Amino acid sequence: MKILVPVKRVIDYNVKARVKADGSGVDLANVKMSMNPFDEISVEEAVRLKEAGIATEVVAVSCGVAACQETLRTAMAIGADRGILVETDADLQPLAVAKLLKALCDKEQPQLVICGKQAIDDDANQTGQMLAALQNWPQATFASKLAIADGKATVTREIDGGLETLVISLPAVVTTDLRMNEPRYATLPNIMKAKKKPLDTVKPADLGVDVTPRLTTLKVVEPPKRSAGVKVADVAELVNKLKNEAKVI
Amino acid sequence: MSEYHAPLADIRFVMQELAGLDQVVALPDYRDATPDVVDAILEEAAKFAGGVLAPLNRAGDTDGAKWQDTVVTTTPGFKEAYRQFVENGWNSVSCDPEFGGQGLPRLLATAVSEMWKAANHAFSLCPMLTQGAIEALTIAGNEQQKAAFLPKLISGEWTGTMNLTEPSAGSDLAAVRSRAEPVGDGTYRVFGQKIFITYGEHDMADNIVHLVLARTPNAPEGVKGISLFVVPKFRLQADGAPGERNDVYCVSIEHKLGIHGSPTAVLAFGDHGGAIGTLVGEENRGLEYMFIMMNSARFNVGLEGLGDAERAYQRAAAYAKERIQGTELGVRGGPKVPIIKHPDVRRMLLSMRSRIEAMRALAYNVAAAQDNARHNPDQQARQEAQAFADLMIPVVKGWSTESAIDIASVGIQVHGGMGFIEETGAAQHLRDARITAIYEGTTAIQANDLIGRKIAREKGVTIKAVIDRMLVDAARLDGDLESIGIRQMAAIAALDRAVDWLVANFAADPKAAHAGAVPFLFLLGITAGGWQLGRAAVIARAKIAAGDKDPFWPAKLATTRFFAAHSLTQAPGLAEAILSGGDGALAMADDSF
Repeated sequence: MKILVPVKRVIDYNVKARVKADGSGVDLANVKMSMNPFDEISVEEAVRLKEAGIATEVVAVSCGVAACQETLRTAMAIGADRGILVETDADLQPLAVAKLLKALCDKEQPQLVICGKQAIDDDANQTGQMLAALQNWPQATFASKLAIADGKATVTREIDGGLETLVISLPAVVTTDLRMNEPRYATLPNIMKAKKKPLDTVKPADLGVDVTPRLTTLKVVEPPKRSAGVKVADVAELVNKLKNEAKVI
Repeated sequence: MSEYHAPLADIRFVMQELAGLDQVVALPDYRDATPDVVDAILEEAAKFAGGVLAPLNRAGDTDGAKWQDTVVTTTPGFKEAYRQFVENGWNSVSCDPEFGGQGLPRLLATAVSEMWKAANHAFSLCPMLTQGAIEALTIAGNEQQKAAFLPKLISGEWTGTMNLTEPSAGSDLAAVRSRAEPVGDGTYRVFGQKIFITYGEHDMADNIVHLVLARTPNAPEGVKGISLFVVPKFRLQADGAPGERNDVYCVSIEHKLGIHGSPTAVLAFGDHGGAIGTLVGEENRGLEYMFIMMNSARFNVGLEGLGDAERAYQRAAAYAKERIQGTELGVRGGPKVPIIKHPDVRRMLLSMRSRIEAMRALAYNVAAAQDNARHNPDQQARQEAQAFADLMIPVVKGWSTESAIDIASVGIQVHGGMGFIEETGAAQHLRDARITAIYEGTTAIQANDLIGRKIAREKGVTIKAVIDRMLVDAARLDGDLESIGIRQMAAIAALDRAVDWLVANFAADPKAAHAGAVPFLFLLGITAGGWQLGRAAVIARAKIAAGDKDPFWPAKLATTRFFAAHSLTQAPGLAEAILSGGDGALAMADDSF
């Protein structure tokens, strides 16, 4: 079984994001970039499936600028077998990425795509779902546990009320939540080996995909600073404020 | 608050721009170390240091190694972290690929090693001692010994130790009394007591490979009669696996000022008939082998100083940004501000940071020289690199560690009263750093080596060549960097004066020369550190001029300016102290002390 794992290069989770002075987006100049943490979990899960003898090949895919190669090498250091870079300088939105992934799925014929449930830069939480829809494959999102047997995936999902278990037929799309696993530290020999693993580069045009943005960003602003709280005299006042000022109850 | 973030931006900058990473990775044998691989290794090492080793640092301090009935139990978590360290291949970064190492440049291993030391000094000593054993066996071991021990030491499944010190033989190794008697089958029975053996006994590995200095029967007195033996804790079976317990036991571990996580063992060899070992290299040449290996050990202790200092700085800087106290000077009725707004707190933080950056730049340059000394195809380049490394290793060791002690102490000062409270964690760095100026040769031993073997013996040839290089680089500190350049020139002139005086007086008045040895070591450290920061400033200026907006560059200019004003200005005073020929130190009668 072949597994495809999309990995996104995003602003590092330790970095405090700052908005550009002109409000056109987040300032990425001189900012540390690394693999989206949810995608790291996806790579780890795919590699574990390979180590368990369930998967035969793990292919990492990244869409974006040339520097995404580093992200693919990171995936290969964890244990992915090869990488595909869909290279473009265009501003990629979830639908475009889903279309690119669909084209690669048609080409690579994986039985399973494991995506992070969302990327920590735009928090869109759309690509996996869109890909499943475009492919007309079953999907199981926010997975905290994944088991593969007899052409089916048994997926435990984290939902508001607790956990839900779905059984879906393969091929399918699974998106991972934080508690699925704890990604390993890459070993030194594997970091060295990653360099020698194959990494193919294609362009969106090669895949016949138009990645032109469909959405326009009007303005990006920092969240408002938290203002000071107020003391309430008693519970009645609190309830009153929650009802009439905050309008939450 | 006990977090450690490896300073990757400065590490990368120093490797790339100051230590010549591109030139190093182009050397034969290093072709696997392409820039992207180097970068990936630094990233992952930083993650491992911050995520696995750093969180154990405090436990190592408060719940150190324990001894009971010859058995040593390390701090909870150390054993698991060590297993992970070894499984992930970190023990073998720069080791010989023939025996399972990764064969990566010393420069890269140095950067990675700085991270282990900063994250957890006490833990990092175990792999460091193993590294020493690997080098000793590589230099002097026979094929059989190499095959038996190197693969296991390189993988980290077994660890190594250095058994030099005895109760009456510390800095003076000529006094070693341990003895080794030939059994007749090529092996020896080793008897004696060794003290201060780092990781001499522990529970983290399947076997411990002791390298032991001892005298054979009829060996000449003094340093020319000491041989080196390899004595494993468990003797090896025919298949190479650990077998019968050897007659070497840990009879106690020391209670120390710092590095509590690192067991410092007293080892008894041969109390039950003799510990079986084999001779490494030739008889009576043990000290010579130890000295080859000791260069790398000394360099590594210098890196420990750098690591402790970096950790102390990170903690102090974080506290200074957080601690609210007082109002900003000149702002009447203004709000209470974090203490980083106060001029003297900034002075303290910059005195830490600027010296750390200077220490790192010098150490990494020496690492690159070690790579060139081994692998440069050109013989003259190899020799020059070796001479530079030999000259600077005592400086990296002595200057970085003494500076680290002061830096860690300043780190406490930044915290004010809380710094004196153990829960804050600032005190551990001072206690841990304190040993670095003592073990692997005290600062005085480094300074004596520097002025004697490295300078006077060759009439200052190497250091004069280094001074010429310093002058060329200092000449570039013009225009808006002139204030740095003037101080750099003054420091170089002071150094040059002191070198001339040492060369002229070393033989005629050895006591006077040695009274100034440590000030000279500091003088060279400050001047060489300033030299490297000056090179950094010229690069930073060019980057800013080219429109690079990275705040790293103005910060580099600020630290360099601070170093020039506060450290380089000390150089002429140190030269005065040296040239005074030990006035005072030698003049006072013993009874007056």
